[in-house]
Amino acid sequence: MPGHDEITLDRPKASRRTHMAQYSLLLLLAVCFSLATDLTTWYQNWRGNRAESANLMAVAMGDARRLFANHFFVKADAYFHSGFYPSIYDNLQSYKTPHIAEDSGAMRGRNSGDETTFLGPPRNWIDRFGRQFFPSVHTHLTEGGANGEEKESAVREILPWMKLSSELDPKRVETYSVTAYWLRRMGKPNEAEDFLREGLRENPGNPQLLFDLGRLYSESRNDPIRARNLWEAGLSNLQKATEEQRDQNKFVTEQLLAALAKLEQKANHSNRALSLLERLKAISPNPEAIEQWINDINKELPPHSTPSL
Amino acid sequence: MSITLAIAGIVIKDLYRRKDFYVLFVLTALITLLMGSVNLFHDDHIVRYLKEMCLLLIWICSLVIAITTTARQIPMECESRTIFPLLAKPVTRTQVILGKFLGCWLACAVTLLVFYLFFGVAAMSKEHHWPLANYFQAMTLHWIMLGVVVSMALLGSLVFSAASANTTICFVGVAFILLLGRHLDKVAVQVPQPASSALQALFFTIPHLEFFDLRDLVVHDWPPVRWFVCLEAIAYAAAYAAFFLLAACLLFRRKALN
Repeated sequence: MPGHDEITLDRPKASRRTHMAQYSLLLLLAVCFSLATDLTTWYQNWRGNRAESANLMAVAMGDARRLFANHFFVKADAYFHSGFYPSIYDNLQSYKTPHIAEDSGAMRGRNSGDETTFLGPPRNWIDRFGRQFFPSVHTHLTEGGANGEEKESAVREILPWMKLSSELDPKRVETYSVTAYWLRRMGKPNEAEDFLREGLRENPGNPQLLFDLGRLYSESRNDPIRARNLWEAGLSNLQKATEEQRDQNKFVTEQLLAALAKLEQKANHSNRALSLLERLKAISPNPEAIEQWINDINKELPPHSTPSL
Repeated sequence: MSITLAIAGIVIKDLYRRKDFYVLFVLTALITLLMGSVNLFHDDHIVRYLKEMCLLLIWICSLVIAITTTARQIPMECESRTIFPLLAKPVTRTQVILGKFLGCWLACAVTLLVFYLFFGVAAMSKEHHWPLANYFQAMTLHWIMLGVVVSMALLGSLVFSAASANTTICFVGVAFILLLGRHLDKVAVQVPQPASSALQALFFTIPHLEFFDLRDLVVHDWPPVRWFVCLEAIAYAAAYAAFFLLAACLLFRRKALN
């Protein structure tokens, strides 16, 4: 039985081979572990590491999430119009600034033209017929919506897209501003405050968010002292900003100065109000209206007092 | 007619034996329920985003089911050689095509019924009203649109050599029509000749499937479309479906099966 003998003789050889394989496996595991401990520290300090954030969307989408954030912000505006919204192929002149942002005062309006007629007259029978299968009448959720019977609270339908937009791009300040405004209009100041504070955590000391938080304290909580503190903090943060940043935030500066001036006027601090209005007049696109405001305050002053600017 | 119905019955049985529909339905239900459970500013009445997502998933799933089911019908019969005993019986090639079309279309109807029922229940759980007329119109026009897609895929299964090629081309074509079909004439006026004329011709030639997409109207609670307009849309779809079916019948009559 030569075959049988060969098998018996080969057994220790096979066993040795198995052991060798097992030791090699252990050795490879040890090498992997050692390399991993070294590489992990290097990877965490590497500037090209995309996993800097714990946010899954930030890791997966990178900078593309800003594009999507903008898309969802616009989608919220489309919901505000109950789906009646221009596509990229339509005339966008009257929708350059989303209406939800313009109405909330978070952005200066750049819209022109008639927002109700961006579709224009029907171009052919297919276009005429097709318009009966999609929203083709201009409405706002705050003005009755699609069926004309919606309550103002129907504006809540924009909120999921705003929330998603803020999660995709937490640095986009307008999203927090606009959402907080509509939450306040829906009678949800607590949610508005929470959302603004979330925005401030992401954008510390942002003047726009401080202005909105001040507005919340002034209008919803009737707390002018906190409002003043927040607005003054906003103004001082703007003064610390660079010239370029100040140019970008001109609209916020106007809002902060006007709000503070109004507050001071209400508190009978006419001199401080006039001082703020003079600053506002210098940057406002409508200085005549500010001049009129100054004149009104001057008229209210007693004849013997001289305003010190 | 009974032969056509018998062939259609086999197609419907094929749909519920396969797992495509169950998987897609469970996926749709799961995603919708997951999205519905999200807490948004402590407001339980926010519903439109949920309706939009659910309807989008229903549209995607229904197109997947319609195109994949239809595209494999004739190639499968030819590959497994069951087409020969089928045609050996007193069944004409036209009856085979009509039976396959009817089967796939009715299978789509069953699918849509389940999907829209789920959609209605999901929407009602949040908004506490059920606009039946809107849902009925949306589902009916959706089903009619699938009729055009099914006939298109059936014709494609006779033109293209492989079912996979047909499926891909059908998906690309339907997506193109749904996303850009409405805007082709606007693009046409902005491009130079002869591209402009080609786009205009394409605009008037393609079946405008977007007519049958009432999602925006349903999501935003717009009043229902006038019933007469719906009938006109159905007639429009019937004309296109008839054209594709006739072309399929003519092609299948001349097609060598071996």
